[in-house]
Amino acid sequence: MSGQDFICLLPLLLPAAAAVLIMLEISVYRSHAAACILTLAGIGAAAASLPLAAAYGPRQVTSLLVIDGFALFYIGIILAATFIVAILSYAYLRRVPGQREELYLLLLLAAVGAGVMVASSHFASLFMGLELLSSCLFALIAYPRGRDNIEAGFKYLVLASVSTSFLLFGMALVYAQLGTMEFTRLAAAGATGGIIYQAGLGLLIIGLGFKLALVPFHMWTPDVYQGAPAPVTAFVATVSKVGVFGLLLRFFGQVGLLGHAHMFFLLTLIAIASMFAGNLLALRQKNVKRLLAYSSISHLGYLLVAFLAGGPLGTTAATFYLVAYSVTILGAFGIVGTIPAPGEAAGGREADAIDDYRGLFWRRPWLAGVFAATLFSLAGIPLTAGFIGKFYLLDAGAGSSLWLLTLSLVASSGIGLYYYLRLITVMYLRPESGAGEEAGRPAAYPWAASLVLAALLMAIIWLGVYPAPLIDAIRRTVTLP
Amino acid sequence: MILISLIAWLLAGGLLAWYSGRWGGNWPRWISLITLVVHLAMLAGLWAGYAGKANLSQPASWLAETDLPWIPALGIRFHLALDGLSLLLIVLTNFLGIVAVAASWQGIRYRLGFFHFNLLWILAAIVGVFLAADLFLFYFFWELMLVPLYFLIGIWGHENRIYATLKFFIFTQASSLVMLAAILGLYVIHGRGTGVYTFDYSALLGTQLSSFTGTMLMLGFFVAFAVKLPVVPLHTWLPDAHTEAPTAGSVDLAGLVLKVGAYGMLRFLVPLFPRAAAAFAPVAMTLAVAGIIYGAVLAFSQRDLKRMIAYTSISHMGFVLLGIFAWNQLALEGAVIVMLAHGISTGALFVLVGDLQDRMHTRDLDRMGGLWSIVPRLGGVGMLFALASLGLPGLGNFVGEFLVLLGAWQVNIPLTVLASLGFIFSTVYSLWLVQRAFHGENTNRWRLPDYNRRETGIMAAMIAAIVALGLYPQPVIDTASGALQTLRGLAPGYHQTQGSPGAAAAVQDGKDAGLPAGMASGAARDDGSGA
Repeated sequence: MSGQDFICLLPLLLPAAAAVLIMLEISVYRSHAAACILTLAGIGAAAASLPLAAAYGPRQVTSLLVIDGFALFYIGIILAATFIVAILSYAYLRRVPGQREELYLLLLLAAVGAGVMVASSHFASLFMGLELLSSCLFALIAYPRGRDNIEAGFKYLVLASVSTSFLLFGMALVYAQLGTMEFTRLAAAGATGGIIYQAGLGLLIIGLGFKLALVPFHMWTPDVYQGAPAPVTAFVATVSKVGVFGLLLRFFGQVGLLGHAHMFFLLTLIAIASMFAGNLLALRQKNVKRLLAYSSISHLGYLLVAFLAGGPLGTTAATFYLVAYSVTILGAFGIVGTIPAPGEAAGGREADAIDDYRGLFWRRPWLAGVFAATLFSLAGIPLTAGFIGKFYLLDAGAGSSLWLLTLSLVASSGIGLYYYLRLITVMYLRPESGAGEEAGRPAAYPWAASLVLAALLMAIIWLGVYPAPLIDAIRRTVTLP
Repeated sequence: MILISLIAWLLAGGLLAWYSGRWGGNWPRWISLITLVVHLAMLAGLWAGYAGKANLSQPASWLAETDLPWIPALGIRFHLALDGLSLLLIVLTNFLGIVAVAASWQGIRYRLGFFHFNLLWILAAIVGVFLAADLFLFYFFWELMLVPLYFLIGIWGHENRIYATLKFFIFTQASSLVMLAAILGLYVIHGRGTGVYTFDYSALLGTQLSSFTGTMLMLGFFVAFAVKLPVVPLHTWLPDAHTEAPTAGSVDLAGLVLKVGAYGMLRFLVPLFPRAAAAFAPVAMTLAVAGIIYGAVLAFSQRDLKRMIAYTSISHMGFVLLGIFAWNQLALEGAVIVMLAHGISTGALFVLVGDLQDRMHTRDLDRMGGLWSIVPRLGGVGMLFALASLGLPGLGNFVGEFLVLLGAWQVNIPLTVLASLGFIFSTVYSLWLVQRAFHGENTNRWRLPDYNRRETGIMAAMIAAIVALGLYPQPVIDTASGALQTLRGLAPGYHQTQGSPGAAAAVQDGKDAGLPAGMASGAARDDGSGA
């Protein structure tokens, strides 16, 4: 490896270095603030190195990783989301007793894992990245927060292992047939692939489908979303999804998966099932985190529409939607993590029951406003990022004449409106008694979190009103061979 | 730039009104009122300017246009355009906006800032809809309108408001998603055919469509517009939303939101899909007649005064639908006048019900009666607008509905005959309303204050408007007719399929170049520009 290779890898190396630093720091002197600042500094440095890496790219770094515009853009999304999650976690953990510093360590490593995935050009690096991400995630999900959330972590551990074995078996089958694990060579040899090769691809889809929580591999999602601490849920919903989806776009785009008619049909079924199941199951949820979990299932279904549409338009649309969705869902879980449940002492239950939000609009208008904006964005109402995103997806679907998928998207998001609206409606209902008036006020207002939420709100509106710069940036950088 | 400022001014006023809620007192009210009055002055200046040039009644290109790049990657432009039709409807929007602010002066007591923010943003979005000349922009404003309206009804509405808002929002949103799919379909088909991917209205006109795709896309648009209008099987959100909304919300809903549906049909549905729309016309006109009769019959059987007026809206909007699908100059001019007159008369009736409810805390017709003797001014106003609603000559509604019937007669005689039954039904329910609310004995011993100066002022303005529209509609017709001729020129194939004798002259075989300026040729007029 040359010096240039190392420069290209800086966006991945710097967060890893920050993780090592934090490890050393913890062993000498525990400080929550220092750990958080180190994390942010590491991510900031990595983000600053993105243009540098871009200047030397696109570049194949060993046969494992490829640092091109696509990889760098996705690493950028991952870093930004991790940055925000770190700040949200800081505000969140201050209310929770126990060891706090290790969370940042795990966040950084998980981000590196996701980064490796989107840059991978080889099964080995794919697997490495995925495992790094997953093993950090189950520690994060089970992260002690004064309550028992081991169950969620354990559930994720078991299902992640199952999905990993599917993935490994799929890789083995592909390798058995074609004798290579590099994506580019797979693409060249794939045309001659027979039934074993295709079975391998199918198993890969199952493995990645678990990670993306697509129907019928979605069962773990609500429990994990509910059980994990809110900032970690935000992380699961953004970084892990962005990483896996980035991989999906790159790998299946490269091997020409969509050329196989029955694979296309299978993915169409998965997409439609995810859209409808997610939205229908969310209708009757009483827990906000579960509701958002089901909604995330449907949103991944929407994303598949762009994936199936394929081509530059599909890639751009999917990338834009991922950015819009990440911004939105970070805001939503940021709110869930910022508001303590009424009547609970600090460190108690999170505000995750819908009733906890009753009258929030009158108690804390700004927080309620941000939450309403994120929900409108998820529902795809104008002036929000979600609107442009959904429009872009529909555009991609219609552009490839995928009318069934496009209409399913339309119909299922019509269903989805109901539960987003119900949540917003609850927020402006008058509180039943005066008791709730003051209970929702945290003693010390977490200014860092509110700053982040304000920034996210601005991003949601900015992307909803003037998305042209982001679209241009995506079109310039995110190109797949 | 004047077009952008028409929207931006309202948006800015809304934000300021929201912020001024912190200062307490009447600040939000005054700020909204001043915002709207200045807006009215801007509009008056515009109108006077165009009327002075005397080009309004001639088919022409846009009166004013603003075209800026917005999302170039998708062929989306920030394209606003104004013609006589938009101008009239924006004036109506502003007028009803002022009425809504004035009518809520005392009725709304909490969260004033946010209330007025929502009110002004609804108006801004509606103005945006009337100005948009890019289908994406149109959809953007179309959707934007919903959110503040949702808050307006949900927060300041009456008892059953949560149910009503959910129903309203889901009906309209789900139907507009269908329209979105149709817009995208049109965009893609046009892009494939020409290589130019654009949402621009003028460019998309005259897109070559097979008859099946044309029909499907047309139906996609129709569903969205029909929910808003509302057309009968899709109307069920309307009585709930109108009844539960606060007065300002009802005025905006009836006066403006319903018009948006009609405007969409006029501006987009028929010109974009002339052949499909012509083939669909008999169905649409049948639905229209069904709406006229159904709305009237149901209005008659309501006890809740507000609900009753809501049903009369369905009946009146049936005339608009009838006029639009008859698609000749007379019928279209009539439809536009019905839109304006219905906005004023129904708006006034909703304000009146709001005033009654503030005084009596009930909207139940059975508990009223004999009110004339104690609140004569209120009773008189109620009588006048009930008469307007039944189509008394000399008041605005008559002119419009009569023109619609004249125009529709040329196209479909049996349906026109049925539609004219609407006149009889509306007479029955209007007089019944006056009878039950104002006449008879004051059996419940009501003692109510009569109209004060503010309320009298509002009603005086509305009476002046409806009388002016009834007695001298010519300036309005002149303003609209140029735009309507242009629109008819955009759909040259319309009457060919329908085979109406009166309109054959208007047909010119021609590929429309897609530019409003080039439309003049296609718009030979059949007789009555002004009736």
